[in-house]
Amino acid sequence: MTTSSRDSDWAVWMRAGMAGDAGAYRRFLVSVTPHVRTLARSRCRGSGVPEGEAEDIVQEVLLAIHLKRGTWDQTRPIGPWVAAITRNKLIDALRRHGRRVSVPIEDVAESLPADDRTPELSTRDVDVLLAQLRPQQREIVRSLSINGSSIRETADRLKMTEGAVRVALHRALKALSVVYRSSPGED
Amino acid sequence: VKTDELVDLLAKDSPSPWPFRSILAGAFGSGFVIAAIVFFAGIGFRPDILEALGSSRFLFKFVVTVSLALTAIGAALALGRPDARFALRGLMMATAPALLGVAVVLELLAVPQSQWLPRLIGVNARLCLTLILLLAIGPLACLLAALRQGAPSSPGLTGAVAGMAASGIAATFYAAHCTDDSPLFVMTWYLIATLIVTSAGYLIGRRLLRW
Repeated sequence: MTTSSRDSDWAVWMRAGMAGDAGAYRRFLVSVTPHVRTLARSRCRGSGVPEGEAEDIVQEVLLAIHLKRGTWDQTRPIGPWVAAITRNKLIDALRRHGRRVSVPIEDVAESLPADDRTPELSTRDVDVLLAQLRPQQREIVRSLSINGSSIRETADRLKMTEGAVRVALHRALKALSVVYRSSPGED
Repeated sequence: VKTDELVDLLAKDSPSPWPFRSILAGAFGSGFVIAAIVFFAGIGFRPDILEALGSSRFLFKFVVTVSLALTAIGAALALGRPDARFALRGLMMATAPALLGVAVVLELLAVPQSQWLPRLIGVNARLCLTLILLLAIGPLACLLAALRQGAPSSPGLTGAVAGMAASGIAATFYAAHCTDDSPLFVMTWYLIATLIVTSAGYLIGRRLLRW
């Protein structure tokens, strides 16, 4: 697939996602992830950061893409926007490891997707991450991600409204992004 | 946490955020309204406002302050995005200082040298500083809160530019109260007030606008 067609796929999916199409939005995230991973791994390698940390950075980038998607100007190509988010987060993450780095602007869409023989497990322990959330947020995150339940199922089980589950999920994601940002990742 | 689990989680967090442009525009509008409320509740127009409307020096103050507010908010919009294209917008922020510079030269040519210092010092200098700072607080708070929803690559610079936009709003209102209309006065006291608000924006932004 060429860079420009990938870029336009991403833009189409993201636009649909912003209009409420969760499936298209998921396709966008799934398609972006391997490109971000390639960049993260090569940067980690280049700065002597253990490559296992790369997956933490990938997740931090995905969270930032998610929480900051309102800053994408829909009239402009999405590749450079993804690249800019990735670059910012890479610099932050490597700096936390005490590396002074400059990450050149690269088009993320141009980087080849990483092959997935290595496990995508973040080095950080699930429980350590989740422990930083409030109990109800933790329960909701577990239910939605690890058990793969839907919002509705989760709401029914926890005797909450769907709206309340959505709000709690959003807060949990914001809290997670703060956890990623503040922890040195050297544990 | 496995990355594909995280992706699932993100896809389920469905309601999309407002476009950043709308958030920032809303903050600019709210800041303007707050400054207007402070102005009309506690400050008010100068007593000779109707005569002043006929004075080009009086009207020119608004040309400067409004162009500062508009160019700075445009720059803040660019800086609030991670893939900022700031060069052109940054350059446009030179509009207000350039206009003021021309006006200062014209003023120096138009009035005798003995009048320069009295016009520069004016009668309201301390009040000018105080009121512009006071009027800028609301707009600056609104703009910084909106920029927190952004993803600026340079938090300090972005905060500073938000400070300039807030100063522009504040100075626009203050200019309608102030009876010192000489560009020499504006160049001195409005500038000092703007620099203070800009520095505050820089210092707060550097901490608050990291993401």
